[in-house]
Amino acid sequence: MTLVAYVQGIGLSGPALNGWEESRDILAGKVSFVPQPTVVPIPAGLPPAERRRMGAVVKLALSVGLQACAQARVEPANLPAVFTSSGGDGPNCHEICQALATSDRQLSPTRFHNSVHNAAAGYWSIATGAKTPSNALCAHDASFTAGLLEAMTQVVIEHTTVLLVAYDAQYPQPLFDKRPIPDAFGAAFVLSPHATSGAIARLHLTIRTAPSDQVADAGLERLRRTIPAARSLPLLCQLARRASALVRLDYLDDQTLAVDVQPCV
Amino acid sequence: MTPLHLSHFTATSCLGRGWPAMLESLRAQRGGLAPCQFETVQLDTWIGEAPCVDAERLPAALQQFDCRNNRLAQIGLEADGFSEAVAASASRWGRRRIGVFLGTSTAGILQTELAYRRRDPATGALPPDFHYAGTHNSFSVADFVRRKLQIEGPAVVVCSACSSSAKVFGSASRMIEAGLIDAAVVGGVDSLCLTTLYGFHSLQLTSSGPCRPFDIARDGISISEAAAFALLERMPDSTDADAVVLLGTGESSDAYHMSSPQPQGLGARAAMLAALQAAALQPQQIDYINLHGTGTQSNDSAESQAVCGIFGADTPCSSTKGATGHALGAAGALEAVICALALQDALLPAGVNTQRIDPALTVRYLLHNASAPLRYVLSNSFGFGGTNCALVLGRPG
Repeated sequence: MTLVAYVQGIGLSGPALNGWEESRDILAGKVSFVPQPTVVPIPAGLPPAERRRMGAVVKLALSVGLQACAQARVEPANLPAVFTSSGGDGPNCHEICQALATSDRQLSPTRFHNSVHNAAAGYWSIATGAKTPSNALCAHDASFTAGLLEAMTQVVIEHTTVLLVAYDAQYPQPLFDKRPIPDAFGAAFVLSPHATSGAIARLHLTIRTAPSDQVADAGLERLRRTIPAARSLPLLCQLARRASALVRLDYLDDQTLAVDVQPCV
Repeated sequence: MTPLHLSHFTATSCLGRGWPAMLESLRAQRGGLAPCQFETVQLDTWIGEAPCVDAERLPAALQQFDCRNNRLAQIGLEADGFSEAVAASASRWGRRRIGVFLGTSTAGILQTELAYRRRDPATGALPPDFHYAGTHNSFSVADFVRRKLQIEGPAVVVCSACSSSAKVFGSASRMIEAGLIDAAVVGGVDSLCLTTLYGFHSLQLTSSGPCRPFDIARDGISISEAAAFALLERMPDSTDADAVVLLGTGESSDAYHMSSPQPQGLGARAAMLAALQAAALQPQQIDYINLHGTGTQSNDSAESQAVCGIFGADTPCSSTKGATGHALGAAGALEAVICALALQDALLPAGVNTQRIDPALTVRYLLHNASAPLRYVLSNSFGFGGTNCALVLGRPG
């Protein structure tokens, strides 16, 4: 079976990358990339109570997901969603481990329910009203490609449009020293089985044993190497260039996901 | 969906190592829960601890994975000849044609909890022997399992709280159907840790005794641990009389609350209907339902409404969590193995510990084991964040 899907919409948030449209010239190499700390956007349309409860990384995930849906002109509630992240909510995890290392060990209920890796998927469902299936995946450094594989498989097998959201953010110390992710990065893709008007590109995915692609810009390449969700950058850059190419993304061991990108229009 | 063969399966939990020990306990209506004496935990609750996890040793080459969760995973892989079955499958299909799809909720977080007690007094640094990728990261269990089994196909961890290791059946079956792989190691491994014990306690969801699902006096869950695995393969040309088949998976989201189920069980209902549709079965064809049945007020009430709404009040149901406890991210796979055993053994396992069924819960809840030939069974798994998954297993037609 051929794994083909059409990119209908993209959401992006990362260091000096504030939205897909706003970042396209940087990703296409037309404007130089000057690193700046990620500004985590506030997701639109969320009830204030939910917004207060969720961690920054969840806001990041929801924001890029909503961006991608808006560009694709699809109703978020109608899409199955695949959320993928290496570490989820690092500050929340740190607070729990710190509390459990004290003598009283009291956890707040909100902190505990925010500790689940599917917190972003859960808040997404609550915020958008999506009763569709959602997934919450982790494959350490390969979390983006594992998510892409799951999402494209769903597109092809279930004949449905799927939202893929990859996101990661830094841990506070002392976990930061053990897992030095330097900043937050989120990327979202609306992937559909058919090209509709406004489709950005056709993706054809295969698993190969081959070296992965790097990003030409040294600053963006540094992000790709240090933030699991930023392993999507070779694909994002190619989509921004609006040109056909085979993009090879790091997967597991010596394997790559080879994505044949064919721009639409 | 195209039916898939559960060509081999195994389970390790507080009921013992390997499925024969579990089946013997289920036949005897005997549970494995005990008052919590785990680590330094001081909580008035009962838990289900798997035997001798601390004594397990990982191979020297895989020391970076050493933590309770991966020790439990190794015990699980070595039970019931599971590793050997995977090796045989690998020689048949090829190492890169077998995927690994595992569920966990907390992976090796216990290792981090312990490391936080050993931070450098001057710098606050974690100890040098703490390995993030091999223990803390959710993927650590899949990484460990694929190295231990020496298989190299696609791998991922589903980390959606208590539906995790049910949802892996969906991901694996889609990838087999797409032709990316020919077989998959699916399962769940979740182990005791302070985060879940103190966390569920903070929500007042831990039972003070052994949990009593569907009882009028139910007062919460008994947290436990388990490692359960199945080898999913394309259907062979012929199967023996004992063969168990995955027929359908169904998933949904509640869109309701992070830690409470939708009160009428609408999300649970959608997942069960999707699983029935995937299996092309009518509700009356299901012979037994293994409930999520955690023993909390809200779960059992919502699930009962969802089940009755689809199946009426005649389909035999039980929660086996009274015996096994709630293995959280491993519960889905553990209960899939229980369903496989039920099919093979013609056993409808009773819900143990439950004394008096809550009259508001109108499902046909089994307080005593029954024996009857089973053709199709359904298993429910629901999790925080409102994530729901139902599996339909059966015997080949």
